[in-house]
Amino acid sequence: MIKVGLEHYLVVSALLFSLGLLGVIARRNLLIIYMALELMLNAGNLALVAFSRYTNNANGQVLVFFIITVAAAEVAVGLALIVALYRKRKTTHVEDLTTLKL
Amino acid sequence: MQDLFFYIFAALTLVCGFLVIANPFSRNPVTSAMFLVLTIISMAGLFVLLHAFFLAAVQVLVYAGAVIVLFLFVIMLLDLKEEERRKIKLLGLVAGLLAVLAVLAIVLKTYLLDSHIATNLPPPTLEGGTAPLGKLLFTHFLLPFEILSVLLLVAMVGVILLSKKDLR
Repeated sequence: MIKVGLEHYLVVSALLFSLGLLGVIARRNLLIIYMALELMLNAGNLALVAFSRYTNNANGQVLVFFIITVAAAEVAVGLALIVALYRKRKTTHVEDLTTLKL
Repeated sequence: MQDLFFYIFAALTLVCGFLVIANPFSRNPVTSAMFLVLTIISMAGLFVLLHAFFLAAVQVLVYAGAVIVLFLFVIMLLDLKEEERRKIKLLGLVAGLLAVLAVLAIVLKTYLLDSHIATNLPPPTLEGGTAPLGKLLFTHFLLPFEILSVLLLVAMVGVILLSKKDLR
């Protein structure tokens, strides 16, 4: 095993980000898409923390703190939207929600 | 020893992350939420390895404590049964996979080949404890911090409004 450095964390973060992106693209359930979005946000957080650690700059960690807060607010609003949508349309399947499609 | 822990946590993060988006054994959203908890917690382990102790605690508290509970609450509220299998368009899946691989290739290339930051870094000494982060948060980042509290208030009001029974 090679000594773990910055690149290792960045590779994990990139892989996690693409997993999240894949989830957003491939899944059809709104809730799962939301979870995949959370994965992407977390991947960004991991990259920021790794950079912050290896460049000895604490600003990155403050940014991660902000991102976590905004993500929590975003999840609350998004889930409220999903609940409102479900009340009206009785579905969380994205292929049933095509009113805006041309 | 620390390297071993890194590999364990990284593998856990990636495997559980994959199981969140595509679980071959179950299509129940609750399973995905549970694997999301595992992903979050192993990521908190990675944060600890990066000496970001405060963020690791916040990660567990906010994500595993609040966000996941919200997810589970909504899943239970909507009473989602097992997602029925629908035909996925093969072309769409292949195109999506290609797009994801392209993004991954670009990011990895930037990280590993084009960047020379990682070559001659001083040894990491930064400790992400509560005290240094708090000091930074309340001096240099005071304004964003206050704006964030307003954002939380706005989100709260918005959520209450959105979840009213008769949305007008």
